[in-house]
Amino acid sequence: MTNYYQDNTDIQFQLKKRDLTRVVSLVEDDFSDGKKYPHAPKDLDDALDNYERVLEIVGEISGDFVAPRARDVDATGAQYADGEVTYPKGLQEAIERINKADLSGFVLQRKYGGLNMPYTVFSAVIEIFARADASLPLIISLQALAATIEKFGSDEQKDRILPRFVSGEIVGSMALTEPDSGSDLQSIMLKASQRSDGKWQLNGVKRFITSGCEQLSLVMARSEEGSSGGRGISLFIYERDQDMRIRRIESKLGIKGSPTCELQFNNAQAELLGKRRMGLVKYTMYLMNSARLAIAAQAVGIAEAAYREANSYARDRNQFKKSIQDIPAVYEMLTNMRVNIEAARCLLYETSSMVDIKEGIERKIEMHPDSRADLKNDLSRYTKYASLCTPLIKRFGADMANQVCYDALQVHGGVGFTKEFDVERHYRDVRITSIYEGTSQLQVLGAVGGVVGGVIFERLNDYESDNDFSEVGELYDSAQKLRARLEAAVSHIKEKADADFQEYHSERLVNMATDTLLAYLLCIDALKSDRKKKIAQLFIAGAQIRVKSTQEFILADDVSMMEFHADIIKQEEVL
Amino acid sequence: MGLKMIVMVKQVPDTHNITGEAMKADGTVNRARLPAIINPEDLNALEEAIRIKERIGGHITAITMGPQKAVQVLKECLYRGADDVILISDRKFAGADTLATAYTLKFAVDKIGSFDLILCGRQAIDGDTAQVGPQVAEKLGINQITSLLEVVEIDEEEITAKHAITDGYELVKSKMPLLLTVTSEANEPRSPSAKLVMAYKNIDQEVNGDSYEEAYMQADDSSLIDRITEWNADSIGVDSTICGLQGSPTKVKKIENVVLAVNDIQQIPATEAGITDLMHELMDDHII
Repeated sequence: MTNYYQDNTDIQFQLKKRDLTRVVSLVEDDFSDGKKYPHAPKDLDDALDNYERVLEIVGEISGDFVAPRARDVDATGAQYADGEVTYPKGLQEAIERINKADLSGFVLQRKYGGLNMPYTVFSAVIEIFARADASLPLIISLQALAATIEKFGSDEQKDRILPRFVSGEIVGSMALTEPDSGSDLQSIMLKASQRSDGKWQLNGVKRFITSGCEQLSLVMARSEEGSSGGRGISLFIYERDQDMRIRRIESKLGIKGSPTCELQFNNAQAELLGKRRMGLVKYTMYLMNSARLAIAAQAVGIAEAAYREANSYARDRNQFKKSIQDIPAVYEMLTNMRVNIEAARCLLYETSSMVDIKEGIERKIEMHPDSRADLKNDLSRYTKYASLCTPLIKRFGADMANQVCYDALQVHGGVGFTKEFDVERHYRDVRITSIYEGTSQLQVLGAVGGVVGGVIFERLNDYESDNDFSEVGELYDSAQKLRARLEAAVSHIKEKADADFQEYHSERLVNMATDTLLAYLLCIDALKSDRKKKIAQLFIAGAQIRVKSTQEFILADDVSMMEFHADIIKQEEVL
Repeated sequence: MGLKMIVMVKQVPDTHNITGEAMKADGTVNRARLPAIINPEDLNALEEAIRIKERIGGHITAITMGPQKAVQVLKECLYRGADDVILISDRKFAGADTLATAYTLKFAVDKIGSFDLILCGRQAIDGDTAQVGPQVAEKLGINQITSLLEVVEIDEEEITAKHAITDGYELVKSKMPLLLTVTSEANEPRSPSAKLVMAYKNIDQEVNGDSYEEAYMQADDSSLIDRITEWNADSIGVDSTICGLQGSPTKVKKIENVVLAVNDIQQIPATEAGITDLMHELMDDHII
């Protein structure tokens, strides 16, 4: 009887201490569904209570049902034989249970049978499931695919397809990557051609497609003959038939329950989603942003699992006549794990709320066009904030979780390296979070514009004007010092006006921005809880060292890396 | 049309999650200290009813006899797919033993009217008597299959079921109407449905509501009930001398507070002979 929501007071803190008034009001369109659907909330409190109750169900399924099966899911893995893929039994059972609990269609509107939940709650769902089994959120988060159809599909497509997602009849997959197009999606080659009857057909190969064996895929394809860039790409809805062959599935380090498929399309008939040429630049970017948020949540969930394993192992393990939890080298690791998990969680829910507000405003403008004038500025602000913070949390969440799992295994010592404990599984599962849906390096490219362009400072200004930090004066002073250092580094780089120099420092700038943003957010948390004051203090102490040395390095104009790297890695002779 | 099913459930103290203050000094259960839950095997009974409904259609009414707060277990039934629920509550029912409980439930079932199948958990985790189900069947004069393991075949007329007996199982067949007591081996109960929880969490109660009959008659899958019906002794027409403490011949003579303690530790050699000896010892003590 373990409930992964009820036993996680930090998720509860993030959801309950956050003012969700605006998120709820936008998501619920001022509670207009309240009279139409018995499960729709009547007011703010009712909605918040709904979130709580739904998360309790998710927590119960995760703790009592999913977690006990996770080891078997990992050991069996997804299997491939004769062109067909089988999920491990434990994962199949979990999906069936989740569907029966009406947890499919989490973010879809009620008119399609969905729960109409905000991403803020969906992130918690992903995090909680990930703690139980890292493979499961891959299937759950593919609900984002349904949201993409909801946003860009025709009414006919939505009515036809979305209820099937909700009933659990279909899980989707997003078929983007190809053997020669990974990070560089603009270069995809899979060809979509229009037949004389106007119907589209697909030819080519997709690789690394999570759950590519599923009934419905969104396939990105080159629809404009002779084009080469992102503008020649459209997105297609493909219902699986005999014209797509699964060539194989990957044998992987982790998340073994989730099948990663290679797909061969041979004159496979598909239908266009939305408009031609908008496939990558608009629809896929939208799809990937929600997937990135989900990966951040998945990473935080895996980190939570690993931290708990390590902490309880350390508490019970005695060496030198005492619990190793009391040995400085160990408690420092454990404390830093916990501090960083809480920091990541804070940014995860902050970003999720931004996405909710952005999406909510867009939906409101669509439904009530006369509100556009009032909401235009807000929409532009929240679009910028969400585009900055999504890559920031994807990268910080994933890299943090990798470090946490590394340290969690270290705390276990030798037994951590064996299959006797779950920590080795978390260590393997977490590795991919820094890679898929855009590597951490690609997230830097996604975020650096918002740092150099000043979006980050606009957001920090919001925090400064919306909060009275006098109660945490010293912490806030330190956070402001971080901001000053970041501003100095940004100005220095802008003054150079050298694109290569900026790219060279982009990861460092994004590191500084992440530390500064987290410091502010943790100061806000510190206003609500004494425990969070300690978390903020510990985090900011580390951030000061990192930000100071990074700033000094940037200001020193040391470009030896740019100059020497070719001599080192392209000419290996030492003697 | 499907089957008309009644699931009988009970609110019990959660004896699986015992804390330090679970027992009073006199050896009785400190109910105030233990969370109240739906009896686990009653969830198996409900699950079986839902699966039968999914298989051949039907209507599920969950009933419980208990104090006002027992409405919580009825909500748990609604959250999982019961079509409607009835709380049977009256001060006169307090202190009932299994006989008085079975009488009261019999009158409630009579008031519901026609039915094909009654399902209840094999036994409750508080009293562990496993008597109420069989007694209700006797009072109603219908067949019963106890300790259900599996519904093998079922249609509107007849059921073939596998049920547990000492050292094995038996395959039996019965005409409707019928009472089933369900074991935890029969199925794994589903989790609550998110939509039903949100729809039913604030549902009102209506004492002695007349709306019940109407809802029952019009039962259709798409409509949700909007009130929990509540019946008392008068509305089900039970004679107060046969219910509650007055109707309970069972008298507790003595309660002994048993503390289990480890006396000594025995080392068993990890050999064929050592294990054989242990097995014999356990068999001699009737542990296995």
